[in-house]
Amino acid sequence: MSENTATPGRSLGRRRALMLAPLGLAVAGGAGFYAMLRGLGTGSYDPRGVPSALLGKPAPAFALPPLAESGLPALSNTDLADLPAPVLVNFWASWCVPCIVEHPQLMRLSRDGVAVFGVNYKDKAGDAAAFLTRHGNPFRRLGRDEPGRAAIDWGVYGVPETYLLDRKGIIRWRWPGPVTPEVLDQDLRPLLRRHA
Amino acid sequence: MMAELGHFALALAMALALALSVLPLWGAARGDGRLMAAAPPLALGLLVSTAAAFGALLYVFAVNDTSVAGVVQNSHSAKPMLYKLAGAWGNHEGSMVLWVLILALCSGAVAGFGRGLPTALKARVLAVLGLVASGFLAFILATSNPFNRVWPPAPDGNGLNPVLQDPGLAFHPPLLYLGYVGFAVTFAFAVAALLEGRVDAAWGRWVRPWALAAWSFLTLGIALGSWWAYYELGWGGYWFWDPVENASLLPWLAGTALLHSAIVVEKREALKIWTVLLALLAFAMSLLGTFLVRSGVLNSVHAFANDPERGVFILCLLGLYIGGAFALFAWRAPAMAPTGVFAPLSREGGLVLNNLLLCSMAAVVLTGTLWPMFADLLFQQKISVGPPFFNTAMLPLSVPLVMAMAAGPMLPWKRAQLWPVLQRLWWAAVLAALGFALCLAFNGVRVGPALGFTAAIWLIAGAAADIIDRIALFRRPSAALARARGLPRAAWGAAIAHAGLGVSILGMAGMGLATDKLVALPPGGSTTLAGYEWRLDGVADVIGPNWTARHATVTVLRDGAVVTVMHPERRFFPLARQTTTEAAIHTTMASDLYLVLGEEEGGRAVLRIHHNPLAPWIWLGAAIMALGGGISLSDRRIRVAAPGRKRAATARVPA
Repeated sequence: MSENTATPGRSLGRRRALMLAPLGLAVAGGAGFYAMLRGLGTGSYDPRGVPSALLGKPAPAFALPPLAESGLPALSNTDLADLPAPVLVNFWASWCVPCIVEHPQLMRLSRDGVAVFGVNYKDKAGDAAAFLTRHGNPFRRLGRDEPGRAAIDWGVYGVPETYLLDRKGIIRWRWPGPVTPEVLDQDLRPLLRRHA
Repeated sequence: MMAELGHFALALAMALALALSVLPLWGAARGDGRLMAAAPPLALGLLVSTAAAFGALLYVFAVNDTSVAGVVQNSHSAKPMLYKLAGAWGNHEGSMVLWVLILALCSGAVAGFGRGLPTALKARVLAVLGLVASGFLAFILATSNPFNRVWPPAPDGNGLNPVLQDPGLAFHPPLLYLGYVGFAVTFAFAVAALLEGRVDAAWGRWVRPWALAAWSFLTLGIALGSWWAYYELGWGGYWFWDPVENASLLPWLAGTALLHSAIVVEKREALKIWTVLLALLAFAMSLLGTFLVRSGVLNSVHAFANDPERGVFILCLLGLYIGGAFALFAWRAPAMAPTGVFAPLSREGGLVLNNLLLCSMAAVVLTGTLWPMFADLLFQQKISVGPPFFNTAMLPLSVPLVMAMAAGPMLPWKRAQLWPVLQRLWWAAVLAALGFALCLAFNGVRVGPALGFTAAIWLIAGAAADIIDRIALFRRPSAALARARGLPRAAWGAAIAHAGLGVSILGMAGMGLATDKLVALPPGGSTTLAGYEWRLDGVADVIGPNWTARHATVTVLRDGAVVTVMHPERRFFPLARQTTTEAAIHTTMASDLYLVLGEEEGGRAVLRIHHNPLAPWIWLGAAIMALGGGISLSDRRIRVAAPGRKRAATARVPA
């Protein structure tokens, strides 16, 4: 609205500066958005992730019953201390589509000798067992969290969600969402090496 | 086969859009009439090929072709036909095709109806629209092809998100896109004006109907979305200041400002640079919304499944269109001659105030929406900006806006006096004050709703006063009817739209007095809320086409007489493994009785009961606002082709 107040000549420079303002703001905003998108790729920017209060702490106390159909041992927090190597704790459910997406990565980790412990979240025993029969079983231990209590104590945002615990059982990393091949190669494998 | 045809049609559309964005622009720069004349046929070709692509998409969804990835992810054979078709645009890929189709429709309308447009301006406008279309077609073809095949074909689809299986939501995106994309046309006019270095009254006259149409559709689209959130999400609210809701409100605020400042350009040839900037901003806000919703930088319940790669592509498009337009603006706008002098107190002054307030509101919403993201990025701080911030920041801006809204249309152009206007509005002020007092008397000291009622009465009475004054109802009653008929429809439209906002505010004020209650009732048990007795008669199982449900029967009584029987449901969609609540709503004009069925435990059913006074008026008001826009659009001055341009050599900028 400078055109009402500006006198021609003297204030032309100011007018020019003013007209550059929208461009400047747009460029700054664009740079910010670009940084966010980059951060989404590398994991440094995550709009969904509320940083886990558990990072740097041992797992909360819990004891879950086994999934009888799978024949796997049950899972409790005592299984997560004094370990020979870092372990993953993966919250999943048979009704969760992204869990199917991440399953091949868990299978790969399991084949590579990484201990993956599963927590079956709010699921029917039959469905969960059928899922493992159909897609393969990557888990060494598997606890059933049908009421979802343990997930609340862990602060799980939604399934799938994965935690990395170091050899002392301290939670070092949390990934809400599926472990995609990119996450596996760029985040998880370096972390596994670092804490080995 | 159909999918390949659709894919081919998209590629053809891309080629035509590229030609449309280059040839006419080149022709306009060189003064080559034949190249400029290529624009309308190219725009029509773009329309035909995009429509063919969209038709193919509808077809593959209608026949549930499970070899197409989009169908597998979003559809299912057991779905009603309406939602099969709505599924075509209920996902990221399909909605982008719809977006481009509407853009092509707008281009076609400019090409077909813009006969009075000067050839060069028309060529440039169509070229800019072609440029926008080609960018988004490239985006679809490169990252979001809706016709991707899967092999082997899936046995059946996964089903549309059940929350989205709703008639309100089926039409929410098309209306919203009509709004967003309508602002692409005003954007194209603004860019063309910057290229020509000229803005005049005729330009304002061409821009205003487009702004008006886009604004009306956007109003309807936002209202439909808010209505859907109200009855489908079952939270009992109508607006949550969710980032995605804000993303649709931003272009609405900028568009409302544009609509009003374009009047000043048309009538007085003032505020030209500002209007051009608003036209750029309105579309920038539309694109920003697209980016926020689809790129994944935002944390919202509404956001599409997203991936950063698409985000980078959209950001590049944004950089090209918005960055390019703002750069052009910075280069060309300073040379545009300021014209049209007016006193601060005048119709123009009122519209400037309107613009300042609306833009401040847009700035507040933009800041509140983006700040959490930038705080996360810059300071690694997780903060959330919610309703308390927005309500606190918007209130001081809304109060003067509403106060000025009733008086503004009565101010004469150039120079005005406040006293005569106040004389015509005194009874509206008295009514409003009476409303304030009555609300306080009946509902106790609750300033928010009381202010709302005051504002609503002031706006509705103010609009009535404006019309009464224009037709001289009391001064010369005998001629009033004839004058009412002779009154320009634009004046009727403005008054109706202003009154419509008053009606919406009335509903919001009523919602401020809403009461609710959470109870667990055994069958036969009852509770009371808002003077009604609510009795749970029973809960039963029912089976729908692709869901099963728990279906409650609740009888609502007042003074022992049955008012209504309500049936809230909790539906379970086995395919999506998702539960939705179907709120039961009994609407009277005075209030909504709103009932949600919760979990059942130990023979008791949890019921959430809301009594929402005046709730339907919120959306009724929005519909009235859009109606006002439509009436204004049908004004004779807009329908009849705008008069040819004066050859004003002095206004030209040396290129």
